[in-house]
Amino acid sequence: MSKQQKPVGGPMGGPKGMGKPTNIWETVKRIASYMKEDRWILLIVFITIIFSALANVIGISFLQVIIDDYLAPLINSDDSALMRGFITVIGVVSIIYIIGAASTYIFNRLMVGVSTRTLYKLRVDLFKKMEALPIKYYDTHTHGDSMSLYTNDIDTLRQVLSNSVTNFVTSLITVVGVFVMMLVFSWQLTIIVLIMLALMMLAVKTIGGKSANYFVKQQQELGRVNGYIEEMIEGQKVIKVFSRQDKVIEEFEELNEELRVNATQANTFANILMPIMGNLSYMLYAITAMIGGLFAIMNALTLGTVIAFLQFTRTFSMPIVQISQQLNAVLTALAGAERIFKVIDEKPEFDQGHVTMVAVEDNQSDEIAESDQRTGAFAWKEVKEDGSTVYTPVQGKVVFKDVIFGYDKDKTVLNNISLYAKPGQKIAFVGSTGAGKTTITNLINRFYDVPSGNISIDGIEINKIKKPDLRRSLSMVLQDTHLFTGTVMENIRYGRLDATDEEVIAAAKLANADSFIRHLQDGYHTVLKSDGGNLSQGQRQLLAIARAAIAETPVLILDEATSSIDTRTEALIQKGMDRLMEGKTSFIIAHRLSTVRSANAIMVLEHGEIIERGDHDQLIEQKGKYYQLSAGMFELT
Amino acid sequence: MIKKLLPFLGEYKRETILTPLMVVGEVVLELMIPFLMARIVDYGILGDGGMPYTIRVGSLMIVMALVALIFGALSGKYAAISGMGFARNIRSGLFEKIQTYSFANIDKFTTASLVTRLTTDITNTQNAFMMVIRMAVRAPIMLVGATIMAVSINPQLSLIFLISIPVLSVTLYLIGKHAHPRFLDMLEKYDTLNEKVQDFIVNIRVVKAFVREDHEEEKFVADAKKVRDAQLSAEKLVVLNMPIMQLTIYSSIVAIIWFGGNMVIQGTFNIGELSSFIMYIMQVLISLMMISMIFIMLIISRASFSRIVEGLEEKPVLDDDDSDQTLDLNDGSIIFNQVDFSYNQDSNNLVLKDINLTIKSGETVGIIGGTGSSKTTLVQLIPRLYDVLNGEIIVGGHNVKDYQLKTLRDQVAMVLQNNVLFTGTIKDNLKWGNENASDQEVIEAAKAAQAHDFIVSLPNGYDTVLGQGGVNVSGGQKQRLTIARALLKKPKVVILDDSTSAVDTATDAAIRKAFNENLQGVTTLIIAQRVTSVSDADKIIVIDDGTINGFDTHDNLLKTNAIYREIYQSQSKGVNDHE
Repeated sequence: MSKQQKPVGGPMGGPKGMGKPTNIWETVKRIASYMKEDRWILLIVFITIIFSALANVIGISFLQVIIDDYLAPLINSDDSALMRGFITVIGVVSIIYIIGAASTYIFNRLMVGVSTRTLYKLRVDLFKKMEALPIKYYDTHTHGDSMSLYTNDIDTLRQVLSNSVTNFVTSLITVVGVFVMMLVFSWQLTIIVLIMLALMMLAVKTIGGKSANYFVKQQQELGRVNGYIEEMIEGQKVIKVFSRQDKVIEEFEELNEELRVNATQANTFANILMPIMGNLSYMLYAITAMIGGLFAIMNALTLGTVIAFLQFTRTFSMPIVQISQQLNAVLTALAGAERIFKVIDEKPEFDQGHVTMVAVEDNQSDEIAESDQRTGAFAWKEVKEDGSTVYTPVQGKVVFKDVIFGYDKDKTVLNNISLYAKPGQKIAFVGSTGAGKTTITNLINRFYDVPSGNISIDGIEINKIKKPDLRRSLSMVLQDTHLFTGTVMENIRYGRLDATDEEVIAAAKLANADSFIRHLQDGYHTVLKSDGGNLSQGQRQLLAIARAAIAETPVLILDEATSSIDTRTEALIQKGMDRLMEGKTSFIIAHRLSTVRSANAIMVLEHGEIIERGDHDQLIEQKGKYYQLSAGMFELT
Repeated sequence: MIKKLLPFLGEYKRETILTPLMVVGEVVLELMIPFLMARIVDYGILGDGGMPYTIRVGSLMIVMALVALIFGALSGKYAAISGMGFARNIRSGLFEKIQTYSFANIDKFTTASLVTRLTTDITNTQNAFMMVIRMAVRAPIMLVGATIMAVSINPQLSLIFLISIPVLSVTLYLIGKHAHPRFLDMLEKYDTLNEKVQDFIVNIRVVKAFVREDHEEEKFVADAKKVRDAQLSAEKLVVLNMPIMQLTIYSSIVAIIWFGGNMVIQGTFNIGELSSFIMYIMQVLISLMMISMIFIMLIISRASFSRIVEGLEEKPVLDDDDSDQTLDLNDGSIIFNQVDFSYNQDSNNLVLKDINLTIKSGETVGIIGGTGSSKTTLVQLIPRLYDVLNGEIIVGGHNVKDYQLKTLRDQVAMVLQNNVLFTGTIKDNLKWGNENASDQEVIEAAKAAQAHDFIVSLPNGYDTVLGQGGVNVSGGQKQRLTIARALLKKPKVVILDDSTSAVDTATDAAIRKAFNENLQGVTTLIIAQRVTSVSDADKIIVIDDGTINGFDTHDNLLKTNAIYREIYQSQSKGVNDHE
């Protein structure tokens, strides 16, 4: 069963599952641990596999008995006792065969259940882990790599679990069973079999080895061709504008031919392996027939033995061919499983916070009482060691004190940042790319933890607050606007899952998104596909603003939230934005100075330090960096 | 559908025919072996042949196996040559076809789907092809050959075939028929699951910022359950294949031993023939199994074939077949004459309505308007990236449709909004504009685009290698490189589509100044967000909702055009009142 895969993160580099597992045994045990609940079923699977394989072997052994003890003596004789015996043996063989076929069905059917359950558990485990991983993990792993765990690795494992595992075990047991029977029948002929077997192994090793080498080359070439395809299809419009088609085709033909040459070699070796193995096994059959025949003539072996032995040689070589074919698939699957477990073993986000955020009746009064309904007012709830509970109203006072931070240990991004935002204030950050603006906002919601200095909200250090509660007190519009597959309504509602349709529409109006949403094919029920690809960047930003607006949190963070919205529309939504920010502490990052002009305080960042601070007028007075920025003397990108 | 792909066999027809021929040779020899074995048993051992006969026939068998091996290996080799050659030809064919697409074709397919067609779909087709020319030939021949051998040995006993073959084929067919939709369903659920995961990974920051982990998990678990159940329901049926196969083979063996055994007892049949008969029936039934597998594989790859054929059969929306080969573009004048445009050729869904414009050769024209007002659409019509629905566009005195596309696009240089740089050195990238440009010309163009200074400050200067998509330069630098690339064409018309949005205003001004100095006589169209980027242009087009709202100088527009004034004010508030 092959599967259509969408190119996720690009098909560049070809299949990712080329690696070999480093610790086979550990990985097998890990996978087995997912089947713990099914261990009794697995036992039955194992027993039925033995039944199924042995039925095949024993069935053939009976050929000898039938020929030597019944058919040969019965020729031209009329022994009715022998005839009854013949009937009995046929009956016994039939029963053995029925048991065999039934066992085959039972183990296959049970294994399907086990493998689908195992995959399900593994998927859910992997997903849960990925949710718990810190943002840092996603900084260091591409989307394509993460996706490939689901599309490649789990899929390979699925194929191996459904087909290869039982085949593998069946083949193994068959080979052992047949080998034992062959020894019992004739050790002389068995030696011939072993010699041929060695020859076959040699063929597998040399041809298989060569083929593996060429396959690596083929994968490299395929990676280059697919990379080129991806790049040129992405840039197809530029190619058209520059009329570069002929040149591009020429380059492509070259790469494509290179791929063909390598792929032909790789596949030649892979293709000839099967016929060589198959015909070597026929050769084994022929040699056995001849030598067995000679033995029979010399009366060293009975005719039945020779004929049964011949059947054995056929039954013996097929599983060996199968095992050698599937070994590769199994190893690839194990390597994939190893990658999955590596992610599952990653350290999750660290959260030792104990302060929670609760809805309260009214957080202005001295007596704060919890409410089980949404009131719009919140308080931080801290249960002290002595059992007493302290409530602090959530107001949105944010304080940074001497914060030093770097994504890597040896590279500081923020240096000694201190700032104080009163509840309801609007704080803006300005500065060039890499100055550390986004980093500051990423520290407030603890996407990253601060190694030195501290950050507090309403007087409580943020690492004392439970992460989910901390983040529920903030709403963010992020720099890269991403949307989910789903309707516009669902996307806005993402900010607060229990919001009514009316509230969603109100939020959309606030963000000035209502009119364009109504123009969409199905209005609020239009389904956005693949990250909102059918909307312009500006429209996506409007939706992201609506999504943040509906969350109704005391603190708001807007990171380049209007960068792709033209200035005229921005002016139109300004009113809505003002209403949104009313009474909330807001942090605004923008490179367009008109966006930050009305802030209570503007921080100019450079190389991770605040070099200027003040309101617009003060900063213009200072004639410093801000003034230069506003005069357009520097690039802000 | 498959017929449409056959021409791609091209120079590999010989290997494509040789492969099945070799397979036939291999199968015929393999079929002889059990027959000879029967001769050894019945004539060599039980008959009068004795040792000499046994050795002679035995040696013949060994030789036949050896020859079969050679045939088999050759078939493998030829299959690889023709399979890979076929794949290469299709890949080239589709890639070349895509090069003839117009913008509208690309929009229709989307780049992601074109990439899938060129990669995954072709790989699937290649694998299916190799399987067909080997297995799909081998299995039926084996089936027929083994049946003939069996009939010739003992016609009476082969009546067993009459029962077992239909029983097995009907069961396999029924299983396949019911399993197929279930597998499709499973794949669909699987795709949905992967889409959700993709969504989740891309949105990880949103998920965490809004504390929606539980919500996401709920969605995921629900989808994962659906995948699990769909997989179970599909594979549950397929696992019936093996036991039914075994049951049929086993019953046939028992029947052969019983009926054949009785014939042996009566002296009308030989023991050797009996055992070769068992081998033949096994070969027949295994071939049946293979045929059913081939069918399943073909059905699965059919989707891939049809996607490739769809790509190959797509007609480019616009072509220059009727153009005048000798026509040159004389000057940079541009006239829009009552132009309507719609992306889906629907006159009820016009993106541009009744556009009339006259731009003289050598003028600099700014274009300004809100998000989604069709500025980009307007300029894309000039190098004929799309065709108009009504009206005409005249560049250099002729309708754009009269020029060869290459002539037109060489003279109308367009810097696209979503611009792309390619893997290679900076110099290679700039030379896209003109392959034969001298280093001096490259540097001049870079200087005009204000890119020279930052290029020489890079460690390898013009030979700095850019990653895919130009990842190692900043947004503003990338824009300047794409401008330089367009200038190297030495065109008569230059169009900048929001190409300096990431460039600071000072550099932006320098670029415009350089344009004024170096591009005398070149018509320049500039789409911009910032009024300052266009205010010194000869004329400015104000576009609103697909119509021209104003077309005049900066000063006049400030007086007469409300939208222009609004845009101007929204941008000048922050800064200009302090200067």
